[in-house]
Amino acid sequence: MRIRPKIGVVSCSGECCGLGTVSRIATRMVLEDLKAGETVTICLPLFLAGDSGERRFAREFPTVAVEGCSKLCATKAIEKYSGRTAATMDVEELLEGWGADPPRSRRVLTAEEIVTARRVAEEVARAVGEIQGDLHV
Amino acid sequence: MSEDTILIIPCSGIGKPFGTIGRDATFRVVDELRRGRAETNCLSLLVMGDEEATRQIRGSRCIAVDGCPLECARKNIEIAGGRITAHFRVMDLLRENRGLRPRQVTFLDEDGERLAELLAQEIAVKVDELEGQR
Repeated sequence: MRIRPKIGVVSCSGECCGLGTVSRIATRMVLEDLKAGETVTICLPLFLAGDSGERRFAREFPTVAVEGCSKLCATKAIEKYSGRTAATMDVEELLEGWGADPPRSRRVLTAEEIVTARRVAEEVARAVGEIQGDLHV
Repeated sequence: MSEDTILIIPCSGIGKPFGTIGRDATFRVVDELRRGRAETNCLSLLVMGDEEATRQIRGSRCIAVDGCPLECARKNIEIAGGRITAHFRVMDLLRENRGLRPRQVTFLDEDGERLAELLAQEIAVKVDELEGQR
């Protein structure tokens, strides 16, 4: 039997702005839909609040960090406590490239903003697919 | 950043609805119910050791909002040297409202929204209390 390694997808917490909300929702879309069953996640603060099990995460799963802004908290925290990230998706950069405005609310996204979150999720799923390809999954 | 600043920090729980509820409740307080009277910031800034966020935490009265028993918000605030003046746990709210069963994580369902609303009201009352202690 061949075991397919799962890919980690870790969102920044992003409470400071609506881009963090997009990051989080896009991550959930990947986990629930676009790459369901092929991806796993972890709450970022567990790297500091959890135990050694949590800190093994990025060593056990090739991990994509999904960042709301250029501070790249997820990437930096993962690499500080757990291991190298396989890829980083910068939501702010993606939206700028598409000419899309950041969400006005950090609590509730509009229908248009949800479509943008879905586009971000598709980019994350593409990165996951590339990593799977590299692993010959 | 004044020492009187009230900083509400939710956990970043992403695996179950409880983290989403804590986060939603926090935004309801800082952006709506007590706008301008309390602030929030990214918990992940503390995790990566951001100096500015650490200074902010140390110079504020912190309210931790945790989704699950692992209490990441409380623990990370304490590790950063912050002063916790109140601690809310979504699990406690669930015990008090057993009829509400949130299931959705990405977008809260009706029960999740109701719990977020109830939690936000409790946090808002705490903000009022803390302001009264100035």
